[in-house]
Amino acid sequence: MAGTENSQKSFGWAATDTSGLLFPFHFSRRENGSDDVTIKILYCGVCHSDLHSVKNEWGFTNYPIVPGHEIVGLVTKTGSDVKKFKVGDRVGVGVIVGSCKTCDICQQDLENYCPKVIFTYNSKDQDGTKTYGGYSDIIVVDQRFVLRIPDNLSSGACAPLLCAGITVYSPMKYYGMTEPGKHLGVAGLGGLGHVAVKFGKAFGLKVTVISTSPKKESEAINRLGADSFLVSSDPAQLKAAMGTMDFIIDTIAAVHPLAPLLGLLKMNGKLVTVGLPDKPLELPIFPLVLGRKLVGGSDIGGMKETQEMLDFCGKHNIIADIEMIRIDYINTAFERLAKSDVRYRFVIDVANTLASN
Amino acid sequence: MAKSPETEHPVKAFGWAARDPSAHFSPFNFSRRATGERDVQVKVLYCGVCHSDLHMAKNEWGLTQYPIVPGHEITGIVTEVGNKVEKFKVGDKVGVGCMVGSCRECDQCTNDLENYCSNFILTYSSRYTDGTVTYGGYSDTIVADEHFVIRWPENLPLDAGAPLLCAGITTYSPLRYYGLDKPGLHIGVVGLGGLGHVAVKFAKAFGSKVTVISTSINKKKEAIERLGADSFLVSRDQEAMQAAVGTMDGIIDTVSVAHPLLPLINLLKPHSHLIMVGAAEKPLEVPMLPMIFGRKSVSGSGIGGLKETQEMVDFAAKHNIFADVEVIPMDYLNTAFERLEKSDVKYRFVIDVAKSLKTE
Repeated sequence: MAGTENSQKSFGWAATDTSGLLFPFHFSRRENGSDDVTIKILYCGVCHSDLHSVKNEWGFTNYPIVPGHEIVGLVTKTGSDVKKFKVGDRVGVGVIVGSCKTCDICQQDLENYCPKVIFTYNSKDQDGTKTYGGYSDIIVVDQRFVLRIPDNLSSGACAPLLCAGITVYSPMKYYGMTEPGKHLGVAGLGGLGHVAVKFGKAFGLKVTVISTSPKKESEAINRLGADSFLVSSDPAQLKAAMGTMDFIIDTIAAVHPLAPLLGLLKMNGKLVTVGLPDKPLELPIFPLVLGRKLVGGSDIGGMKETQEMLDFCGKHNIIADIEMIRIDYINTAFERLAKSDVRYRFVIDVANTLASN
Repeated sequence: MAKSPETEHPVKAFGWAARDPSAHFSPFNFSRRATGERDVQVKVLYCGVCHSDLHMAKNEWGLTQYPIVPGHEITGIVTEVGNKVEKFKVGDKVGVGCMVGSCRECDQCTNDLENYCSNFILTYSSRYTDGTVTYGGYSDTIVADEHFVIRWPENLPLDAGAPLLCAGITTYSPLRYYGLDKPGLHIGVVGLGGLGHVAVKFAKAFGSKVTVISTSINKKKEAIERLGADSFLVSRDQEAMQAAVGTMDGIIDTVSVAHPLLPLINLLKPHSHLIMVGAAEKPLEVPMLPMIFGRKSVSGSGIGGLKETQEMVDFAAKHNIFADVEVIPMDYLNTAFERLEKSDVKYRFVIDVAKSLKTE
């Protein structure tokens, strides 16, 4: 029977079919191994990927699915070989909970690109059982995939950093978007986008938010600290900003035109997509050739870089803007998330609201 | 009243031009400017026939000013220099490529990236600083600012070397820029035409293993035996393409017609680039998930700055790299264009201008 493969009782909320509706669900976790850390989950961020997954929009969901990969909690048990953590430590778990740990890729601290990567939910763990995510009471994780949370960051508001944070931090570092004075465009102002704005400002960049929705301008500038705001459906605004941006982080998850965004880039500019559109995008080639422009993708980051990102957030006091919810609000939260009706991430108050029957 | 091409400048010139999008070429009398203080006047010996010449002659990009005298792979001999010219003297062998002007002041120009200057001036069908239209190398002479003239190495043939001035720099530049110039890498080259065959030669000279990816098995023997490619993939052969997934450090895509990008993206190792140097007219579909999960990118590159063009020509001379050409007389031009449209050339036509261009 699904969920009884392991010996430690666990309780959470799961979806069992493509309706994506979640219900209370009893399952099990493995016993704490020598390299493992058991974590009592305090908070879990609601990532848009969770929504895609519960509805099987990408076609690889294996029901029942307990989503959640922006987890903050407290260590309750450590294995005999665990030196980095002790009981009571406040820790985080992000998008991955395992990899082969020995290949070239893992040795370069790029575990997220390991061909044997194990995702926090809906993946096959090393013992053959399915992984279940953070919409649950506890989780057992190999210490390599557990992160220290800086003391000054509040638990609930830093949970989204574990996916949204690293997803934008990694390409910003990789593609050199950290040189003060450069101009960064952030396309889309949701969970990913609002964190990208905060990182951009912390790196000393000029930041322009590019959005279809004029209503977001005041927030973008006054609350998030963006320097300017561009309504991408306004041709005059697009034209005025042509050739002004060194980089664009494109967080838009839906299919959208790339041509206007490419026009905003300077020569040699780079557009990096971190949103996950489920259909191909149309890419005009001329602007790439004439301007030596680049369109790339990026996917979370390795564990070393994720820790570096968290420490960077601790240093610059960066947390996500969240709406805290009860676990039993999750189905409504998903409906609102589908309409982008959240500023800017829901976070489930797991410890206080998840009660097993 | 606007001056005619024949009278707008003081020096008589003669070439072949197309007058309309039928792209039929015929003799054309025009004129060149007097050699200014920084100018170099060049007697054209050879001119390569680039696929862009065909696109422009037919106005496929909507940029053409008729009458058009194409040609931006020009080699020749200096016949006159302006009094402030320092780099050249009469009798020097030189080349002129795709550009004859830029603003010289912007960030791009001051970083030797004149080709990315927003005010660059192309060798043909562009507006020069004096307001006149530029005419290219399908002609007897050309006058260019010395900054845009390339010193021609002694041992590099003037006929087979001419295509380096566009095809050469177009493939050399991205191999350098994206770090694909180190020994031991595996480079894919898509398309085996003017650009593709030169890309293979450069990549081999950099010490790479080279796989040619083509729609046509017919080109395999040539690719391996004559051009030195290490392997050959027929893009329609799904099994072979599958076996090569995730094996390439970079791919130079020279194909200028629409084609699927996903199979090429899959050939890349993670963290690698698919670099477009052919420019398909319509947007291509790019699936983002493989790019995101592999941190891959699609980018483009267009020719190169003058400093890099000189570096490329010197590199080619050192490694004995030049194009495989079919030398033709000027009056073969219309037939050459018909054949070029069907990719029926191994791999560049080069017009023997000096010997075959006869004024009427």
